[in-house]
Amino acid sequence: MTSKTTRSKVIEAEKLGLTFDANDGPVHALKDVDLAIEKGDFVSFIGPSGCGKTTLLRVIADLEHPTAGSITVNGMTPEQARLERAYGYVFQAPALLAWRTIERNIGLPLEIMGLSAAEKADRVARTLELVGLDGFGRKFPWQLSGGMQQRASIARALAFDADLLLMDEPFGALDEIVRDHLNEQLLQLWKKTGKTICFVTHSIPEAVYLSNKIVVMSPRPGRVTDIIESDLPAERPLDIRESKRFLEIAQRVRTGLREGHSYE
Amino acid sequence: MISALSRVFPIATVVAAIMVVWYGFTVYLNSPWQIDRYEKAGIEWQMGDLVRDTMAHDRPVLPAPHQIAIEIWKTTVEKKITSKRSLIFHGSVTLSSTLLGFAMGTILGIGLAVSIVENRAMDKSLMPWIITSQTIPILAIAPMIIVVLNAVGLSGLVPKAMISTYLSFFPVVVGMVKGLRSPDPMHIDLMRTYNSSRLHMFWKLRLPASVPFLFASMKVAIAISLVGAIVGELPTGAVAGLGARLLAGSYYGQTIQIWSALISAACMAAILVTVVSVISHVTLKRMGLRA
Ligand SMILES: Nc1ncnc2c1ncn2[C@@H]1O[C@H](COP(=O)(O)OP(=O)(O)O)[C@@H](O)[C@H]1O
Ligand SMILES: [Mg+2]
Repeated sequence: MTSKTTRSKVIEAEKLGLTFDANDGPVHALKDVDLAIEKGDFVSFIGPSGCGKTTLLRVIADLEHPTAGSITVNGMTPEQARLERAYGYVFQAPALLAWRTIERNIGLPLEIMGLSAAEKADRVARTLELVGLDGFGRKFPWQLSGGMQQRASIARALAFDADLLLMDEPFGALDEIVRDHLNEQLLQLWKKTGKTICFVTHSIPEAVYLSNKIVVMSPRPGRVTDIIESDLPAERPLDIRESKRFLEIAQRVRTGLREGHSYE
Repeated sequence: MISALSRVFPIATVVAAIMVVWYGFTVYLNSPWQIDRYEKAGIEWQMGDLVRDTMAHDRPVLPAPHQIAIEIWKTTVEKKITSKRSLIFHGSVTLSSTLLGFAMGTILGIGLAVSIVENRAMDKSLMPWIITSQTIPILAIAPMIIVVLNAVGLSGLVPKAMISTYLSFFPVVVGMVKGLRSPDPMHIDLMRTYNSSRLHMFWKLRLPASVPFLFASMKVAIAISLVGAIVGELPTGAVAGLGARLLAGSYYGQTIQIWSALISAACMAAILVTVVSVISHVTLKRMGLRA
């Protein structure tokens, strides 16, 4: 975390705001969000539901348009970044197409990019292996468990091979053991590929375990209340979660969440 | 074995019940005329005579099931297909206009659905007309339409098929529009993150998602196409087809002929719907969708 100035900014937001016009009045999903994410960061966004985590990720992905402030992705507008296919997005649900096999689901973005069949097959095989799904390529989504489906959707985002990965509570619906396993795999992958990852979660241990930067958010209006830089070592066995340093960081996240949360 | 039996048993029970009721009505509805005849001829009659004789009329008010079965046998197996009295001949005439009308209706329906979904202006301008089109009682005016089309020189298969088309495109448009709009917003967002073109969005997402909806509509469309074809055969002058058989039968009081044409039409409808169902099932299965 020493060479901050030399690393390029992947995402920069200033006074970013987004207000939805709902039927029962405006909803301030995001307000005055300042954020800088550098290349190679693993950033977790944590906060109670409704604090704008998904909205923020969608703004980065150009799926939602901010109503105030500014944001750049790779130095471009989010729209330009999207048109250049600068990021892979993993949704909260696997969002696999039911009529395509796992292989062809992963190949979908590659077809759209117009890759050659050989290149496509190669990337599909590689990413299937990366998420531990080799041998399941010919199966249809319904033949796989929820955890495997979510891994397939991660493989799909990886096959896309963008330097930025946006993940919206990808493991939210999975049980603890599968989740631990996928967390480990995701960390491995991050180390191996050096991608920049934005990861939404509402689990404190997950956020602390995975990230080198934790963005704590609070609702009404959705805003960033704390940004915590984690100095946990790059090598993180699962039992690091019992270490003193881990618990200290977790405590700080918890405090941040509590302060931002009003129980009216 | 058990499961096959347990599926057949309820159906067999219902069929048996229908038969009992049918035979009962045959005796009941045909007996006034029969009793009248006994009295005129001064014949002593027993209940057994009545039952036997009411089931043997040439032109009964209601023919007995076995009379219809014999008539169907005679006019299919025992008649040459080229004969004007062959039910297979008439059935195939009806079938060809049903299939032609169904094919045109399906193509028209898909085309309209695509333009409605892909073009906002089309959605606004076309949809009200499509709905309005179905408020016209086409079945009631079909014979007139056939006569008018005949007068302008359109005769034979095409006018009948046009009635079927008119009836069958509607369920296809409605189902297909629903199907093309069925993809989850999340899937649409997914495609946007790939910077997908409209064409890709259509071919890789909307169209495959619409297939189950299309088949569901086609089951309705093919049954209604058959109705359209038969109605199109009703006007005087029509000489071939199940509809013409119905009409000719009613002119001459040939109730057995009417009923055998009716039963044949019902069987044809069942077969057509089953064929579409099977194709649907196989296709969806091959697509990995559990049908
Ligand atoms: N399309 C929308 N229209 C109106 N309100 C929305 C919309 N999307 C999200 N919101 C509102 O914005 C707030 C933030 O939502 P979201 O970003 O989904 O929160 P989170 O992901 O942190 O749970 C919530 O109050 C939510 O109801
Ligand atoms: Mg969310």
